[in-house]
Parts: sequence; C-alpha cells; structure tokens
Amino acid sequence: MFPAKIWREFPQRYRLEAAKCKKCGKTFFPPRLVCNSCFHREFESIKLPWEGTLVTYTIIRTPPSSFSDQAPYAVGIIEVVPGLKITCQIVDVDLDKLASGQKLFLEFRLIQKDGKQGVLCYGYKAVPVADYNS
Amino acid sequence: MREVAVIGIGMTKWGECWKSSLRDLFVEAALKAMDDAGIAQIDSLYVGCMSGGLFNGQEHIGPLMADYLGVCPVPAVRVESACASGGVAFRQAYMEVACGMSDIVLAGGVEKMTDVDGSEATYALGTAADQEYESFHGITFPGLYALIARVYMQKYGITSQDMAAVPVKNHAHGLKNPNAQFQRAITIEEVLHSSMVADPLHLLDCSPITDGAAAVILCPLEKAKSLSQKRPVKILGSAHATDSIALHDRKQIEFFASAAIASKKAFAQAKIGPESVNLVEVHDCFSIAEICALESMGFFAPGQAGKAAGQGITALGGKLPVNVSGGLKSKGHPVGATGIAQIIELVEQLRNEAGQRQVQNAKIGLAQNMGGTAASSVVHILEAC
Ligand SMILES: [Zn+2]
Repeated sequence: MFPAKIWREFPQRYRLEAAKCKKCGKTFFPPRLVCNSCFHREFESIKLPWEGTLVTYTIIRTPPSSFSDQAPYAVGIIEVVPGLKITCQIVDVDLDKLASGQKLFLEFRLIQKDGKQGVLCYGYKAVPVADYNS
Repeated sequence: MREVAVIGIGMTKWGECWKSSLRDLFVEAALKAMDDAGIAQIDSLYVGCMSGGLFNGQEHIGPLMADYLGVCPVPAVRVESACASGGVAFRQAYMEVACGMSDIVLAGGVEKMTDVDGSEATYALGTAADQEYESFHGITFPGLYALIARVYMQKYGITSQDMAAVPVKNHAHGLKNPNAQFQRAITIEEVLHSSMVADPLHLLDCSPITDGAAAVILCPLEKAKSLSQKRPVKILGSAHATDSIALHDRKQIEFFASAAIASKKAFAQAKIGPESVNLVEVHDCFSIAEICALESMGFFAPGQAGKAAGQGITALGGKLPVNVSGGLKSKGHPVGATGIAQIIELVEQLRNEAGQRQVQNAKIGLAQNMGGTAASSVVHILEAC
C-alpha cells in the first residue's frame, strides 16, 4: 500500500477527528464534504470522545489474510456519541465476558501490518473500562 | 417503455470447478442461455462480476467474454455491485431492452473464486465493505453479518437453533437442484456443531466459496413469440436502491432499508403486494440475511421471520416457499453470478419446468439480490405468461 493512503487517515485514526454540520449539527466520522441530512457543505471539526458503549460484537475466528496472526479477536460496533457509531477491535478482554451495552474506552494501538512492505498501521481499539473485568 | 421478457436461461454446474477458467464458465452459461432461447446472435452483453481483479487478476471482462462468445463487436460491459453484480447486470439489460435501444440482450454473471486461497478470498469479499473504516479493523463479511445476527437475536429472542433452520431448509431444497454445489441434506445439530466462523455464526450459517456462471436472454415481450419457442416470462417490476456503505452508519442494524425501498418500488411498478407472490429467492449469504431480507421487504412483520423456517412456512410446500433453488447456502455463491441464477430459478418455476422442486401453481416470483451488508439491493418481480 502507498504510505500516503495511510498518512491521509491520521486525523481520524490518531485523533478521532470528526465533522459537525454547521447547519443541522449532524456529526460525521470520517468527515464528509456534504451533509447527508441537510446537504449543507460547511462543517466544524470536532474530536470524538475516547469512550463509548458496545452495541453489538462478534469474534472473528476466520480472519482475512492481513489479520491471520491475530485470530481469534473481537470486533464490535461502538456508539461514541448519540447516533454516531464506529467499528473497531475490542482487546485486552476475556472473549466470553463481552456484552452488548457495556462501556468501553478507546485506546491508540497497532492495528495491522499492511501490504508487502509491512507498513505498521495504527489507530483506535476498544478496551474494557477498568472495573469491568475485576 | 416496452414490456420485457426473459426467453432463455443457462447456467453451469456450480462448485469447485478446477478445470474451468473464468471465461470458460461464462461462455458455457451464455451458450446454454442462447441455445435455450434458440437464438444465434445478441445485440448487447452485460457481465456481472464482483472481482475478476482480485480473484483472477483479470479486469476488462466485458470484451473478454464478447470475444470468447464470438459476438464481437457487440457492446459488452462488466457490471460491479459486489454480490449484487448479477442482479444489477440483469437490471441494466432490462432497461436497455425496455427503452428500445436493443432487442436481444444477454445478462450474465460469473465468479471464479477458487483460484485464490481461503484468506485471500475472505480479503477480496471484504472489499465490499468500507475498506478504511470497517475492513481496516479486521472485520470480515461473516463478521459483519454476525454483528447483525446478534442485534436481531437479542431484540427478538431468537436462538442459534431457530436460525439454523434456514440453512437446513435451503439444503433440503438444494438436494433437488442438479446445479447446486451441495446436494446434501444437513441437520440443525450439524449446523450448531459446525465450527464457529464469527460468533454467533457457524460455518453452516455461511454461504460457500463457489465457481460458477449463469446467463439469461431478454427481449421485448411483443417479439418473444417470434424470436423463441420458449414460454416467455415477463418482467413485472425492477428496482434498485442503495444505503450507507458501513453497517455502523445504519440507525437500525437489522433492517435492510435498501431491500425495503427496492421491493416497495418493484411492487409499485408491478401493481401487486407481497401477498400476490408465490415464491421468493432472497440473498441468503448468511442465515440471518434471509430472515432480515424477508422482513425488510414486508413478507413478515419484524421479528416474525426468525422462526419461519423452523415452522415450515418458507419451505417448498409451505405458505411462502423461499429459496427453493437451494439459495446461496446450498446452490453456492459465485458472487457475480448469484443474482442471475435467482432469475433463472424464477423462470424455471414460472415455466413449470422445475421438476422435483416445482412450486405448484407458481404465477409470480420475486428475487432479491444484495451487495455488502445490503448497501445495495436489487429486486425483480417476474410473471408467467
Ligand atoms: Zn446538516
């Protein structure tokens, strides 16, 4: 993969930068050029919180080629602000103890080694809040 | 707009076709469809194919197939809409005939998936999701449908056992289809004891990796009798709708809005409702997909399709036979060909030529083909003439 492809996603993957529509307030992650709700084209850049609620999850036991060394691993959909959800891995967790509705923190982690050159790709992964597993 | 009919159908045997190449598969199906219609020449050609590039290193499939079918210089184009590629190719052909630009159009689909290993195939199929915000995080297609399944099961109190009745039913149907990849019955226990692919989906909840092709011939209804001896089957409705590429951007994860909107438009064009349909072919890429697609199109109220297979409602002989071809699960899922094979099943049924799996008094059939996690859905309604 050409490194620019990874570099241009840094604001989202490293800092959770989202875009809030200046007209109707709908928030988009990643940012868009036009709001799909009111078709306005001006946005305010905001940062999403590094936490959220687990909506649904699965445990990947048959991974794609670039994740073969990680399986089994959990991936979930997490609501970070009302109405805005993201997909990412859930790590440092007992796979049997995951539950929809649980609170999660997001952390900056290594996601995958990408392409033939093995470029290290970083981004956000979810972890259980400290008191959950104790 | 002109009324349009299907006058020819043809497909290869589906499965692991080691001896056949991408072009061999397509041309075999296309020739069968032309022979079935009794025609020697076509005006135009559409090829549904999701990823000749990733599976076979081959793009520019339109002219490749026109060349090997011996029909150059007719216009030929590959249509890509992930697993809905075949259904969308059929709709392109329908529109070209309906608007009067062409009289005889071949709509086909093909995928040759076994030239790469399992993890490469999983990667290639994953490109139908949002590459940067879903696949980047290691989610697979079984994984995405597992996310849907968990939401549905929690919301409606459906168990893995209830869901397993879907592939059990579809395998029972596929047993009667000579072109199916798996012509064998399976049991609920086998589904529940098959390996977990992405919790809560077991291996036998998932459609397989398949090589195969399918093709149909379309022409104006008014010319069908003069062009072909075959009993024409009329296209009553055709519609296509899209939704967010990422599953996490949906308000309601278990509801396929693209299928709901496409079916609503197709029903409106056909001037009928779900109650007039005698059989349905839906996109059962995973057990949960059949359940959600049926509810989204209004065949069942929310939460009611989850137990329909177990209750026999959707089996051959039931009130609404669903996937009597065997569905994607048993017939196989060569992604680009799937939408065309659904049309072929409807045509065989409406011609009363489906043999052991014939739905009695079948007059109207509906096919729903979707791409990704229903980011696109295409729906067709066909009627016996
Ligand atoms: Zn807006």
